[in-house]
Amino acid sequence: MYTLFKIELYKIFKRPRTYIAFIAITALIGIIQLGLKVDGKEYISFVLGDLSNTLQINGNLCNGYFVCYCILQLLLVHVPLLIALIAADMISGEANMGTLRLLLSKPISRTEVVLAKFFAASVYTILLLVWLAFLALIISIFIFGTDDIFLIKNNYAVQIAANDIMWRYAGAFVFAALAMLTVTALAFFLSVFAENSIGPIIATISIIIFFTIFSTMSIPLFNKIKPFLFTTHMVAWKEFFDVKVDENNISIAGSIYRPDKIIYSAMVLIIHIVTLVSISIYALKKKDILS
Amino acid sequence: MKQKIILIITLCTSSFFIQAQDVNDLIDKVKQKMDLVNNYSVEAKMKTRVAFIKAPIGKVKIYFKKPDQIKLFKEKGISILPKGGVSVNFFSILNNSNLSIIDAGTTTVNGSSTRIVKLLPLSETNEIIISTLYIDEKNLLIRKSSTTTRENGSFEMEMFYGELQNFGLPSKMIFSFNVKDYKMPKGVTLDIDDDLSKEEKKKFQNKKGKIEFIYSNYIINKGIPDNIF
Repeated sequence: MYTLFKIELYKIFKRPRTYIAFIAITALIGIIQLGLKVDGKEYISFVLGDLSNTLQINGNLCNGYFVCYCILQLLLVHVPLLIALIAADMISGEANMGTLRLLLSKPISRTEVVLAKFFAASVYTILLLVWLAFLALIISIFIFGTDDIFLIKNNYAVQIAANDIMWRYAGAFVFAALAMLTVTALAFFLSVFAENSIGPIIATISIIIFFTIFSTMSIPLFNKIKPFLFTTHMVAWKEFFDVKVDENNISIAGSIYRPDKIIYSAMVLIIHIVTLVSISIYALKKKDILS
Repeated sequence: MKQKIILIITLCTSSFFIQAQDVNDLIDKVKQKMDLVNNYSVEAKMKTRVAFIKAPIGKVKIYFKKPDQIKLFKEKGISILPKGGVSVNFFSILNNSNLSIIDAGTTTVNGSSTRIVKLLPLSETNEIIISTLYIDEKNLLIRKSSTTTRENGSFEMEMFYGELQNFGLPSKMIFSFNVKDYKMPKGVTLDIDDDLSKEEKKKFQNKKGKIEFIYSNYIINKGIPDNIF
């Protein structure tokens, strides 16, 4: 299976389409960084809003950690679309080219084919995320420097000391990897049922947009559906950037406000991945290859 | 009868002048004590206690130079302070010659009996509208103050003294101020996952903010370079 996995990786990185996502992410992050470098103060005063009427908040607010947080908030909703370009093509692309029949006629089990393809797509997903982390965190730190992070939430604000941030990003990126692998699994699952890659790519993007709208809107009817949508759990990486406080409302270094929420969301995403990949294996095993 | 009325008026007036004289003397004595300090630098631990802000304890350095230069530095990290409040200091309030001083009786603050003195700057352009000082007459220390400003609202300062009480310098100060309601639209925060309970939301709506400074390592009258300010 390892040879098959290597072949699949070779196929992914041989395609020019693969690099579109890397180029798109580089361009998007570059634009955000440029905007914040030029007009960071304006953006910060907009974000602080009424808070700056009462309080004087001094320091390098627009620092690398803050910029990375902004980028993740904006891009982790859109990266799934780039992942779908590759993952949704893994099986359907072979079917479209007529190579699926040839591949499955080889002396390898269909389970191995599915797993090798899924792992290869997962490597692409993780590399994309590593590239995003490098640009969003490392390059932002290089451009904007470091300081405490001051985050504005709907009902409160959180300040986290600079020396208490890096491990939170490590956790957030690991969680984001789980979230993106869920998208990979979904796109992969849809690709099993299609004969060309356009259908599963559009279907994956549509599902994500549809679910994200449900997750975003605070309408009581939708609130009941929200816990069942994987897009609701994909944003739980933000929980790494909320802290517990002591009885004097002083934040406790190294703490997470709701670790149970991270664990629960991670479990939901893992269940999604396992279920989708299992169904993909089952479906491909039962599939009558006619192409 | 006429003589009695004159006597009563004379007694009342003289008692008012004696009281006014007393409180002026008290302010002069506090001023004299404060005049012992021309400049100082001090390190401080800063605890921000605002209901809707979760902040860690910060370390700051404060520089003061007579008559009213004060600067707070946080070498690393973000500092959150009430707007305009920290720049108000007793040196500048008490050294204002254009001031009306009113004796408002006595009270006990943190176990110390104090005289309440109201200071009203007469200049219409002064940032401070009124300042009430609670002065420990025995030790000539300001235990508490309450100040109303034109631009930055009202705030209170409670002082606790240690070994430097002879210089009138506190070892701890609690700065209380009012804050406005905090609510950010989701469009700004991009925080779509707002699932706090009503109790949690209520907890974040307390409108009284406090910042506690715990001072250490005072360096007094050793000079402060001008470029600090």
